[in-house]
Amino acid sequence: MTRKIRIAHLSCGSEYSGVQKEIQDAVEAVNAEIVFPEVDTEDIKDAVKEWGLEVASPDLQLMIARAKSIVDGSSPVDAVFISTCFRCAEAAITRSELRRYIHERAHLPVISYSFTERTTAGTLLTRMEALVTTALRRTLLAREKQTGLTAGIDSGSTTTKAVIMRDNEIIGVGWVETTEVLKSAESAYTTALTMAGVDKSEIQALGTTGYGRLLIGEAMKAELIQEELTVNSKGAVYLAEKQKGPATVIDIGGMDNKAIAVIDGIPGSFTMGGICAGASGRFLDMTARRLGVDISELGPLASKGDHNRVTMNSYCYVFGTQSLVNALSLGATKEDVASAACYSVAEQVYEQQLQELEIVAPVIMVGGTSLISGLVEAMQDLLRVSVIVPRYSQYIGAVGAALLASGFINEQQEKA
Amino acid sequence: MVKILVYPSNSLILADLVARFGHEPLTMMRVIRRKIKEVGIDSPPINVTPEDPKRGLKYAAVDVPSGVRGRMALLDPLIEEAEAAIIVHEADYSFGCMGCARTNELAKYVIRNKDIPRLELVYPTNDDEAREFVRKIRDFCKSLTSTAEVTA
Repeated sequence: MTRKIRIAHLSCGSEYSGVQKEIQDAVEAVNAEIVFPEVDTEDIKDAVKEWGLEVASPDLQLMIARAKSIVDGSSPVDAVFISTCFRCAEAAITRSELRRYIHERAHLPVISYSFTERTTAGTLLTRMEALVTTALRRTLLAREKQTGLTAGIDSGSTTTKAVIMRDNEIIGVGWVETTEVLKSAESAYTTALTMAGVDKSEIQALGTTGYGRLLIGEAMKAELIQEELTVNSKGAVYLAEKQKGPATVIDIGGMDNKAIAVIDGIPGSFTMGGICAGASGRFLDMTARRLGVDISELGPLASKGDHNRVTMNSYCYVFGTQSLVNALSLGATKEDVASAACYSVAEQVYEQQLQELEIVAPVIMVGGTSLISGLVEAMQDLLRVSVIVPRYSQYIGAVGAALLASGFINEQQEKA
Repeated sequence: MVKILVYPSNSLILADLVARFGHEPLTMMRVIRRKIKEVGIDSPPINVTPEDPKRGLKYAAVDVPSGVRGRMALLDPLIEEAEAAIIVHEADYSFGCMGCARTNELAKYVIRNKDIPRLELVYPTNDDEAREFVRKIRDFCKSLTSTAEVTA
């Protein structure tokens, strides 16, 4: 029987928000258990004083003392989950600093989340899965080369991608819009197999990722069914040939965004979210349609424009659309509007998610939106570092899944 | 006998002092006990559900953190019932603690705005202050008894 992963829960307010059960359910769904590091109440004040952040809330002070006990080794755990109330300033400061502190000092995978009473186990599941994978499958994640003949399918909210790899090379790709999850996967997979010139029966191992990973993985009997945070970070550093040392992976998706701080190809800390569709690929898709251009033309169009000439608020999909329509009706050029839309999305991701991570070069942008050059340029402008967009960046999840799935071929051979 | 809201509302010592001086302490333990005995709800550890922070909207807007609103929802019946209040500031963790500084600010403000007798004290740090602390609580409780008798 596999040992349960011990996730230390550092929290302020979750039991009073009615979401503790949801957190518990998400943790249990990934075969892990929550532990609360024990600290003596008499030691809390000293721990806070020593740590140096003066916070007024006793539960935040308790979080600090618990974090110190993890770092000191008094509380043996495999991973850490930090959660505090959404919209609490002192909690946000504490959460962010604790995450950095634990990750740097204890070298444990850490994720953090700001909840409301609407947070559900489903929302947390992908994060918990990534946390457990990072803690449990370090050997698998250390894999740097793809071996044998493997396939990867990434079932995203907007598009489904498939990749066939042989001996560390991509030999087939498939890309379709996601409609019915299984049918779309089969279609993308067939396209990739045809391009590669191989039969499905020859595939030695299959990996699935993305929103539809469970359904597809079970139907196609995949060797690896894995959430996209670990798979994408692995795929990103592999394609960018930056497998050693730190890196930052940014994936602006169709439904949510991921920002992952990676060390030696393994996610260290990450944020996942997106307050509104206004900060996602969907907003750019809508912008392209409104401008009457194909999404592939939006990036070059934006590169010719100046975002400063158009006021764009994509903090909300609806208001963002209004800004876009207003700008066009006032005579703004398509180029400036495209540029403003790209800048607005990049700015929101930067402000909402990247502020929580330590952005370390190389910065790698992946996913379908990384092909929109205007968005990449806007991100470079905001981060003030050059951003790498590797070849096949739009197939990142499928590549990562095919790469990691090859680890299961060896496993099977060893068993034989 | 007067119903006295104690704050921190989970202070066993404060509740015990109030009871010893002849009044009924209104505490968080009572609310939690009622919640965990509620049939059909399974939301450990204290059976607070997402409905509670919504009930907390009575005291704070939706942009106030859910943890504050959830705590205020638990305090609500105590605030409603209270005929008097004793608030202790800068209390030690072991004395009683609501965990959240923002909740402390809001709860104390709401209590102060209620037209009821109120005693506010700073948590004692030595024996002399502790004796003075207990004496003030005793005198406050005694004053409530005479007021209640006069009213009756």
